[in-house]
Amino acid sequence: MMAVITAGIDMGAKTIKVVLLEDGQKVRARAMELGGTDTRAAGERAFNAALFQAGLRMAEVAHVTATGAGRASAPFAKDSVTEVGAGARGAIFLHPAARTVIDVGAEEGKTLRCDGRGKVIDFAVNEKCAAGAGSFMESMARALEVKLEELGPLALKSGNTIPMNAQCAVFAESEVVTLVHQKHTKEDIAKAVHDAIADRITSMVRKVGFENDVVLIGGVSKNPAFVETMRRNLQTAVNVLPDPEYVGALGAAIVAAENAGVK
Amino acid sequence: MAEEFWRWKENRWTSPETTWKGARTVTCGVDVGSVSTQAVIMADGELYAYSNMRTGSSSPESAEKALKWALEGTDLTRDKLAYTVGTGYGRVNVPFANRAITEIACHARGANFMYGPTVRTVLDMGGQDCKAIRCDEKGKVVSFLMNDKCAAGTGRGMEVFSELLQVPIEKVGELSFQVDQEPPPVSSTCVVFAKSEASGLLRAGWPKNKVLAAYCSAMAHRIFTLLERIGVEKDFAITGGIAKNVGVVRRLEHELGLTVATPKVDPQIAGGVGAALFAKTLVEKGKA
Repeated sequence: MMAVITAGIDMGAKTIKVVLLEDGQKVRARAMELGGTDTRAAGERAFNAALFQAGLRMAEVAHVTATGAGRASAPFAKDSVTEVGAGARGAIFLHPAARTVIDVGAEEGKTLRCDGRGKVIDFAVNEKCAAGAGSFMESMARALEVKLEELGPLALKSGNTIPMNAQCAVFAESEVVTLVHQKHTKEDIAKAVHDAIADRITSMVRKVGFENDVVLIGGVSKNPAFVETMRRNLQTAVNVLPDPEYVGALGAAIVAAENAGVK
Repeated sequence: MAEEFWRWKENRWTSPETTWKGARTVTCGVDVGSVSTQAVIMADGELYAYSNMRTGSSSPESAEKALKWALEGTDLTRDKLAYTVGTGYGRVNVPFANRAITEIACHARGANFMYGPTVRTVLDMGGQDCKAIRCDEKGKVVSFLMNDKCAAGTGRGMEVFSELLQVPIEKVGELSFQVDQEPPPVSSTCVVFAKSEASGLLRAGWPKNKVLAAYCSAMAHRIFTLLERIGVEKDFAITGGIAKNVGVVRRLEHELGLTVATPKVDPQIAGGVGAALFAKTLVEKGKA
């Protein structure tokens, strides 16, 4: 019998991710594109890149399910699933013992509790305030004049705690400039920045409650200092899932497989 | 240096009528804010001179400069000042001040003087915070609400938009009315997200004025929700930089269904005026 290919497309605030799945079991390909101004076109580009990687054509994809903040404008999608739903399904697929999923993307922070089948029990979302999202890190990296990917490793070198007064990303940017003028090291400031965002996420996680295993997904979990601060804050092991920014798209592809009748 | 759009123009003023000579008490109020600093000099409780300048990286220096400029061109000298009160975000860093008093108390007192004793609600929106204050006929604070946590409800949000659109802050209000139709307000609360939303709107072909209209109306609504929580009682006055932005003021009036008291002098000096008045009271009560 021929393998059934399904796809998940995650229309994020900043990037668009596509995952191609075979028989609801095996990841065949994945691709990412910057959303830019025309997110639909970017979605098509991501799709083509993933198809090319797998050596497949669009006609061979049985079902496409969309997720993400911009899922209404996803190309090729027959239906959609919420980001929370997709995150839980993707996380359980990769880490069956996961019961708490923390997802921090460019413009949203989410936390959810789920059962062993990836059914969501409770969740919280912050989409109103940049202080608990990836854009906070981007602003801070800009203020410190370092690359975004350098911010985490820089923070790990610091053993000092300097408190940040500002919660707001806009005010924090000015505060970082002040800290630089006060001759604090970039390492210490980078750590303060991580403490700040992790504290925001932690308070959201505590509100919903958490149960082991705790897993991290979303682009921000690629930052090792963020992961370390979360572990310290929650006093428990936190597992970063492989390719964390693709977990939502993976979850959508799993939902697509179900909707296509793959067992 | 690149052109700067986000800050209000500096200005100074000397009263054509009031003189300090023969006055019993000449007092000074200095309001060191996050973005601007004002020095206000009052002779027997009448406005004599003021300066409104930018706050530099050092609060003490900014305070010194503001006082120097307020005195400039007058024959008044520093040693004639009976008492000085510092207020604002940098109030403890005014080297020549005899005492520091919170800006909430000072703005209420200043508004009472500038807009008259019938004022019961004062909104003060500065560079990094926003306060809704209820006060009595003497300008004494009855209660207040404050936001200094989120840039969205402060002058900072408007500054970000003025820079993004490269429109001088003093033009924002006027331009925001040059639209065919009032657009829906910017939907993101967070300034960071509102900025990306605005970039999207510009790319979608919105003219600058329309984006400004959408942001002024979003900001007016933010202020409205803060005011609603404390309750607005007439008369209503606005102090701080936002009072000079008609784009926000007119839209807020529309939402509240009432008219905002119009200032005769720069509404940014209200904190300094209040501080100078407190200084006078302290001298008169012998508490100086």
